[in-house]
Amino acid sequence: MRICVVGCGAVGSLFAANLATLDDVEVWAYDASQAHVDAINANGLRLSGAGEVLSHPRATSDPAELPQCDFGIVATKAMHTDAAIDATAHAFAAGSVATVQNGIGNEEVLARHVERVIRGTTFPAGKILEPGHVQWDVKGDTTLGPFEPKPAAQEEIERLADACTRGGMPTTAVADARGPQWRKVIFNASTNPIGALTGLTHGRVCERPDLRALVSGLVNEGKAVAAAQGIELDSDPEVLIDHAAKPDVAYNHKASMLQDVEARRGTEVDYLNGGIVRFGREHGVPTPLNEAIWALVKGVEQSWQQ
Amino acid sequence: MIKRVCVAGAGVIGSLLAGHLAKVAEVSVLVRREEHAQALNEHGLRMSGRADHTGTVLASVDPAELPEPDLVIVACKGTDLGVIADRLAGHFPAATLMTVQNGLGAEDVVGARGAWPLLSSVTFMSGTRHSDTNVEYVLDTATWIGPYRATTPADAHEVADLIVSSGLKAEAFDDLRPAQWSKLIFNATVNAVAALTELPHDFHFAQIDELGDLGLLVRDLVDEGKAAAAAAGIELWEDPWEMNVHATQRGHRHYPSMLEDVEAHRPTEIELITGALVREAARTGVPVPLHTALYRLVRAKEASYSE
Repeated sequence: MRICVVGCGAVGSLFAANLATLDDVEVWAYDASQAHVDAINANGLRLSGAGEVLSHPRATSDPAELPQCDFGIVATKAMHTDAAIDATAHAFAAGSVATVQNGIGNEEVLARHVERVIRGTTFPAGKILEPGHVQWDVKGDTTLGPFEPKPAAQEEIERLADACTRGGMPTTAVADARGPQWRKVIFNASTNPIGALTGLTHGRVCERPDLRALVSGLVNEGKAVAAAQGIELDSDPEVLIDHAAKPDVAYNHKASMLQDVEARRGTEVDYLNGGIVRFGREHGVPTPLNEAIWALVKGVEQSWQQ
Repeated sequence: MIKRVCVAGAGVIGSLLAGHLAKVAEVSVLVRREEHAQALNEHGLRMSGRADHTGTVLASVDPAELPEPDLVIVACKGTDLGVIADRLAGHFPAATLMTVQNGLGAEDVVGARGAWPLLSSVTFMSGTRHSDTNVEYVLDTATWIGPYRATTPADAHEVADLIVSSGLKAEAFDDLRPAQWSKLIFNATVNAVAALTELPHDFHFAQIDELGDLGLLVRDLVDEGKAAAAAAGIELWEDPWEMNVHATQRGHRHYPSMLEDVEAHRPTEIELITGALVREAARTGVPVPLHTALYRLVRAKEASYSE
């Protein structure tokens, strides 16, 4: 089996490094960073932290080098999906492509370029320490399922899930993967931008009762949009939010969007709050708070262009 | 006849008023810092930009050292209002006091410290502070004045005439509340959005082309404010949305004071502005979920400075 990870940042590297430990899987890592690509080809891809891995996927920044693959796993930041799949789609002419990205709307973008799409949500996280070396912060589960308008076959999805699980990334293939996806997107959209706008860590956001109430207001809008689509959340995002606020979990964690804002990098807000607003529009569900938060974070991004 | 004016608080607005009024009245200035008082007494107050002169003023941190004025203009920032009002308590029993703070409620904060007759005002002028003794006059827009407690429209006219004679713009209103609410809604919207996005008040605030555009949020915030004003029985003087569009078309980017405050990690005037709007809306039972959200976010952003 041949798998290409498209976008080998922290999460993409977790998949590529773990899958490359398997004898029966050939792994390619496509990434725009030449330094990361060169380091992987010279010394392998190393993970440390929650798990120690050193393996040897083949890395390239040149899409023309990619052979035909059975599977793609797209792990770019959401705003780079279109460019990344446009460049690599030829490698998946006979294969199917999964997304493990944040937010909603990524499957729709992939489906414009490839025939069979797998909806995915993943919880593991990490950060790039240096080219070829990634810190694995948290382990977690991944869920894969068909993207209904252009689905991959269930048997294919199971094969990919099995490979990921054997490689060390526990993955479940399900018939409807929207529940975990919406739970994660609601969690992210309701907490990340609040941290980004206020500068507060997750724990400090949650210990201000008035701000925690705003988080719940955002969660409730997200739940209403999910319900209008017939999506059953696999668990309540509120539980995840309160759990993460505990001192020994993620009290001091700066949301990735806050890190993006502090580094003046583009955020994924269009695919988080923006996604909830767009899907809400389609299904006649008002989402005024998500719309407000979306516009404010976009405003923050616009302020850097002054 | 107003012969002596005391300006309490010499930030940008207080300095512009004191520096100009010194041409037509005997002006004293009540400040918070001793070195500020000394500098003003030594060098006077230089006006630059749209004005070019230096006003002679008598400054002190203690009202007991200042002559009894006919008019006190309380011109400090909203965040200093409590401190300045405490200092005025027990002084100047014969004077009329006028507040110029943004938002709502400054009159009551001052009024609680003494029985002075009170005038309300809102100001649209702006400037840039270059030092304790030099302020640049930037936007030559008007100050609007109306009666509040134990004052009449004639009193408001007298103060407006004095300000106009000093070279600034001013207008008197029989009832200031319609204008005050127009500015309240404008400020609650524009200042809070600028504080959170760190965007100056520019074209983004009027952009309404696509879902997610900032202008759509600004318009929704203005609509909430209009509903709150209507429930309070206020017929607005100007449409705050049109004020916003007009201001973004002036061709220069204005930095609202709340944006300057968050950039300097100072406390903002959110309580007197958005806080006042949210409390007024609660009193009349009008839902203002977006203003409530922005109020909480700005307060939380202030809290992040103390990390």
